[in-house]
Amino acid sequence: MTGTPVLSLRDVSKSFGPVEVLHGVTLDLRAGEVLALIGENGAGKSTTMKILAGYQPATSGRILLDGEEVTFGSLHEGEEAGIVMIHQEFNLAEQLTVEQNIFLGRELHRGWLLDKARMRRLTREYLDRVNCHVHPDTPVAKLSNSDKQMVEIAKALSRDARVLVMDEPTAVLTASETRTLFERVRALKAEGTAILFTSHKLGEVAEIADHVTVLRDGAVVHDGRAGGIDEDGMATAMVGRDVSDLYPAKAGMSGEVMLRVQGLDVPGQAEAVSFELRHGEILGIAGLIGSGRTEAMEGLCGLRTASAERIEIGGDAVTIRRPSDALDHGLCYLTEDRKLRGLLLDKPMWENLTLQSLEKFGGVLIDRTAEERALDRAISEFDIRSGRRDMRVGNLSGGNQQKLLLAKVMMSEPRILVADEPTRGIDIGTKQQIYAFLRDFAASGHAVIVISSEMQEVIGLADRVLVMRTGRVAGTLTGQEITEDAIVRLAMGLGAAETERVA
Amino acid sequence: MTTETTNTRPRRALPSMSVLGPILALIVLVAIGASLNSNFLGAANITNVLARSAFIGIIAVGMTFVITAGGLDLSVGSMAAFIAGLMILVMNAALPTLGVGVPIILLGMLVALLAGLAAGLLNGFLITTLGIEAFIVTLGSMGIYRSLVTWLADGGTLSLDFGLRTFYRPVYFDGILGISWPIIVFALVVIGGEILMSRARFGRHCAAIGSSEHVAHYSNVNVNRTRLLTYAMLGVLVGVATIMYVPRLGSASASTGLLWELEAIAAVIIGGTVLKGGFGRVWGTVIGVLILSLIDNILNLTDLVSPYLNGAIQGVIIILAVILQREAKAKG
Repeated sequence: MTGTPVLSLRDVSKSFGPVEVLHGVTLDLRAGEVLALIGENGAGKSTTMKILAGYQPATSGRILLDGEEVTFGSLHEGEEAGIVMIHQEFNLAEQLTVEQNIFLGRELHRGWLLDKARMRRLTREYLDRVNCHVHPDTPVAKLSNSDKQMVEIAKALSRDARVLVMDEPTAVLTASETRTLFERVRALKAEGTAILFTSHKLGEVAEIADHVTVLRDGAVVHDGRAGGIDEDGMATAMVGRDVSDLYPAKAGMSGEVMLRVQGLDVPGQAEAVSFELRHGEILGIAGLIGSGRTEAMEGLCGLRTASAERIEIGGDAVTIRRPSDALDHGLCYLTEDRKLRGLLLDKPMWENLTLQSLEKFGGVLIDRTAEERALDRAISEFDIRSGRRDMRVGNLSGGNQQKLLLAKVMMSEPRILVADEPTRGIDIGTKQQIYAFLRDFAASGHAVIVISSEMQEVIGLADRVLVMRTGRVAGTLTGQEITEDAIVRLAMGLGAAETERVA
Repeated sequence: MTTETTNTRPRRALPSMSVLGPILALIVLVAIGASLNSNFLGAANITNVLARSAFIGIIAVGMTFVITAGGLDLSVGSMAAFIAGLMILVMNAALPTLGVGVPIILLGMLVALLAGLAAGLLNGFLITTLGIEAFIVTLGSMGIYRSLVTWLADGGTLSLDFGLRTFYRPVYFDGILGISWPIIVFALVVIGGEILMSRARFGRHCAAIGSSEHVAHYSNVNVNRTRLLTYAMLGVLVGVATIMYVPRLGSASASTGLLWELEAIAAVIIGGTVLKGGFGRVWGTVIGVLILSLIDNILNLTDLVSPYLNGAIQGVIIILAVILQREAKAKG
């Protein structure tokens, strides 16, 4: 099924000032086909998508729409031509309702008044087409991430999208939400929509894509049918070297108990959570989003209201009421949301790096020289790559932000690190660095808890896996028992009896 | 892990417009003033301008911290009036027992500082612990203090006992080495504030909270306590300003401290502190205060423009300052 391309880039280059970020990119989007555009952070995916959707003009090269050369003067002209882009961070007005969002900026009128009846009918129709069962009057702020995604797609439908560009649509979705999304994508594909999507999850790419284009350093390094390349091949093409050893070797054995948690309750989120963590160990916490994983760990670290029967660190009973108590005991939490909770995006790197451990930089007055030295160390130790040293942190790439966040958390010298989604939305090369760091950290007599929605990550990284379901511990898996199937069963509440025996 | 990195440290870049803007504006104003009136640069006029700036200035330094931490306080003008009224009542009441002398002045000062601290803590408590919007809380307390002082004065004026006033006057009019007390206190507050803001943990925490409350919380910053402290500190500084203010007129009425809150906020913004929080600088606030007082002073010394247009000119300057800062931010 290879018709003529709907939208094509021909030898497109893009420069920002003197720096060329795209070098002669050529690609074709065909009706009824899913094109996966993959590459590491900073490879030029976002720029390519923005040029396709008319957000940014190309510096040179041609854009062909139905074989005719076009120039999009604005994003609006792109939309007029039926090209709709869905951003990773949703572009929805949170306080408005689903219906108001779908028709935002192009409300239907009857005379001078809004044609509410027709908008309601169409909204229901679009929502039905994406199989989304939210009420049109629900404010978007109240929707789950997957429903927001569906509303975005419904919004695209209302604009008669012929080309749908999706920037990492699955980054914030759970496995089952992703399945729903893919069903909708297949339906849209069958209706003849051309779809481009990006993802860091190569398994998904192999599953949904008809065609795969790999970008590296702003140039296309692979372009072909999806059947012609496997996941290893994609990873190798993206990184430019072999990454089959993504996960470091696991620890053979672990030491004595470092942290013992009994009966941890977080009101409304988690109850009776009990577990142990040993020296040198990486404990994975798996479970669906909403299973209370994050909330339980935030409760443990004093970041939200929680109570526990008993918490022991290094054999001593401790009380943790606020984050400073946790830090005093060497327990530190690395947030899953680096943009909203992790980093001050308007501030430079040094200010972020030392924020959590300012008391280490002088008593009353802050020692700026020591801060700069700390930044030097962090840059070399964590391989943080930034254009300028005093750049706003918001302008760093996702991977470098994550490394800076990790460096910031490590400034407080924890003995137990709770890392929540430590590799969300970052490229495979950086992932490898972070995995290696976590393993080294654990091996040097510390301990790590990793919360992750990525099954492969939990399986590849953790020595033991704790699976949570509806706020409770559903079971623990060790060694050879750690399989995708076993985790899913526990997370969904199936066949728990079999695994609980060994736990 | 290497001790030396290849990373080059940033070259000292030219100061941006947001740094230069307020300074240039101040220099232009001084030049205009000097060219229009030969008395402008005389010691008497300079002392006069600085002493009058001191009240708003002391308050504006505290306001810089509140705004940097993402807050706002509209109640400071009314608070100053209320504290002044309270001070006068207490001192008059204590006169028969203590007599005219240093102890009664110290008592008055203590009352002012404690009242300021209490008022600041109350604002802070309502805003942080009860989680009510700063705008609403301080709009409410602004009305309350204004009304209380009117009630205490029974709609008229509260006057300090004449003998006491004569004894207290030097606190405003005298000083050391020809520099009057309000100016000395203002300078001390500014130096302390600048160090606290740019070099101490407290200032860094304020900026972090104003920049993102969530990030600050997750970075082990005690958000509520830091915010509470900014309001408490502002309250105490309002008390300090009132201590300097009462000897000037020796009275308090319903119109004491009227619109001081807006002048203080305007000075903070002109100085380059971001209204929605996250970035603040005390030295900028000082320049903001001086700009506002100089406009007033120049209009009074010359007949170029009617002094009645003072407010209009200040308004234009405030809006201009924000536009310039936004452009600077877009470029940087």
